Amino acid sequence: MNFKLLYEISVSLLLARWKQTLVAAIGVTFSITMFIALLSFMTGLNDLLDGLILNRTPHIRLYNELKPNETQPIQSSNTNAGTYHFIQSIKPSNKGLQIQGAGAIIQSLQADPRVLGVAPKIVCQGFYQVGSTDLTGVINGIDVVEENRLFKFRDYVVDGNFLDLKNTPNSIILGKGAAETMLVQVGDMVQITSTKGVKLQLKVVGFFRSGLQDIDKVQSFTSLKTAQKLANEGNNYLSDIQIKLHDILQAPFVSKEYKKLYGVDAIDIQTANSQFETGSKVRTIISFTVGITLLIVAGFGIYNILNMMIYEKMDSIAILKASGFSGKDVKSVFIGIAVSIGIFGGGLGLLAGFGLSSLIDQIPFETASLPTIKTYPINYNINFYIIGGIFSIITTYFAGYFPARKASKIDPVIIIRGK
Amino acid sequence: MKKKVLEAKDIVKYFHDPISIQVLKSLSFHLNQGEFASIIGKSGCGKSTLLYILSTMDTDFEGEVWIDGICTTHKKEAELARIRNEKIGFVFQFHYLLNEFTVLKNVMLPGEKLGKFSKQEIEHRAYEKLKILGIENEALKRPNQLSGGQKQRVAIARSLINDPIIIMGDEPTGNLDKKNSDIVFNIFKELAESYQQTLLIVTHDNEFANKTHRIIEMVDGEIVRS
Ligand SMILES: Nc1ncnc2c1ncn2[C@@H]1O[C@H](COP(=O)(O)OP(=O)(O)OP(=O)(O)O)[C@@H](O)[C@H]1O
Ligand SMILES: [Mg+2]
Repeated sequence: MNFKLLYEISVSLLLARWKQTLVAAIGVTFSITMFIALLSFMTGLNDLLDGLILNRTPHIRLYNELKPNETQPIQSSNTNAGTYHFIQSIKPSNKGLQIQGAGAIIQSLQADPRVLGVAPKIVCQGFYQVGSTDLTGVINGIDVVEENRLFKFRDYVVDGNFLDLKNTPNSIILGKGAAETMLVQVGDMVQITSTKGVKLQLKVVGFFRSGLQDIDKVQSFTSLKTAQKLANEGNNYLSDIQIKLHDILQAPFVSKEYKKLYGVDAIDIQTANSQFETGSKVRTIISFTVGITLLIVAGFGIYNILNMMIYEKMDSIAILKASGFSGKDVKSVFIGIAVSIGIFGGGLGLLAGFGLSSLIDQIPFETASLPTIKTYPINYNINFYIIGGIFSIITTYFAGYFPARKASKIDPVIIIRGK
Repeated sequence: MKKKVLEAKDIVKYFHDPISIQVLKSLSFHLNQGEFASIIGKSGCGKSTLLYILSTMDTDFEGEVWIDGICTTHKKEAELARIRNEKIGFVFQFHYLLNEFTVLKNVMLPGEKLGKFSKQEIEHRAYEKLKILGIENEALKRPNQLSGGQKQRVAIARSLINDPIIIMGDEPTGNLDKKNSDIVFNIFKELAESYQQTLLIVTHDNEFANKTHRIIEMVDGEIVRS
């Protein structure tokens, strides 16, 4: 009852000065609009850039690194116990890149509830032969279906169908850069020689574009079987196991666990790509700072208008108090005005922010390196709208609080005596 | 014996700015239900100061004020606001109407604040008060569309809305011409005589004072006749 009455008074005072309050509301609207649009766009951009690397990178990669044995033969001898060994010219051991017991590891990984998926991979070095020149290349043997499920392989295949890699025996998807150098088309045959000396004629079923030139010049993809032939190994040979987790943040921890458990090398995505997170963070901080600065400026606008209004309404405040409204009531009236401006301006701002984001979302943005992107990226995250809404109310509340407190302290005797 | 509506006990008031002066000097009196009293005295003798203290708006004084059997000393600001709302009606020299609202709404506001009646009832009562003052036809106008005398009558209607136990006025006719001042006086008189309304009116106008039932005369912060 009382609240309704105070609100009614707020609205009447507000409407009596609707031009000024509209200007104040537009200030809030503008800042919320920019806040939403900026955050949506920046986050969209972040997601895009992160996606370039992060989507394509396993959360954990298991592999064998070529390195010297940790215990050299002489150390197992007892004859020189208590002395130090100085061994010169140690070479990496010929353990090979094969992950031992890969099949069993994959099975146990798939049973782990933290794991979203596992994609096996074979990396082998080789040459693409064009006429008399050899181009160095890295041929990746992949499980096409899993690779697509976990790393969106389909998005990066620009010509041809990625499934042909599975359905056509002895096929290859070439990096776009490599294909351009070799002047081959989809359907052509290319000859690959692996470092193990195996020569294979492979049919080109598609091109691949990652967005990173250096990768496209050397990388290509075949099925696991073809890669095993190139590596001159049996059909249980795997050089990498790529793992995607449900929660990316667990990667460093889980990676250590796997390293111990399976006796292989393991690297997590955070360690492999630490610089990306930093970039995203900086962009997010900038957007928040700009948005909140705009809001604070709008808050000062509201503060000014309320101060002016209180100055003008001294008489009204005095009579309200004389006729039985308490200081608290008067305060509520003016805070009510401020928050109404905030809710109205902020609400419009959220709508306009959504509109502006959708508009940016329509602007064409085509770049050769990003095949799946057609327009500027926008992230429609509901959280931005919630944060924007809450912030507009909080700022206007504080902008209204101090003038309102001043109004509540007005002594009616001084006003009435002054007349 | 008639009920005591207002009682002042040993009221002392100082102002300290720019120099300490004692404006009210241990002043006591009381008003009974239905009395129509006026306060007169030279300019600067402390009439307004006394009225603001009696009305609970000024709390910086020594002594006690009792309204309707309640002592107002040491009460919180919100409690005093409640007492003013429920028990006291005010009429000042200036009308203090809110131009954002209609005449009717201006009269209704203290009633809605009190919240004793539903909105319809308050509206009905506001119309009745306006009728007593003969301005019910102006109800839907804005205050700035009324004449000075009409505005003052609206202010009186507003002071009546909660059926206050006492109406206080600080030179309510000070801004009015003879004719309007007579109208206002007759309204007060009518309220006192037909509705047993207690009134305490500060005035400069001796003719006005002489027509009231009781004259309280002040000289230099003291009551010399009451
Ligand atoms: N805020 C104040 N600070 C200092 N002195 C004040 C203040 N208010 C009033 N006074 C002094 O108190 C005395 C009484 O003032 P008050 O307004 O009560 O007089 P009054 O009887 O109502 O006069 P008038 O008939 O002219 O309205 C005056 O001498 C005035 O100068
Ligand atoms: Mg005075």
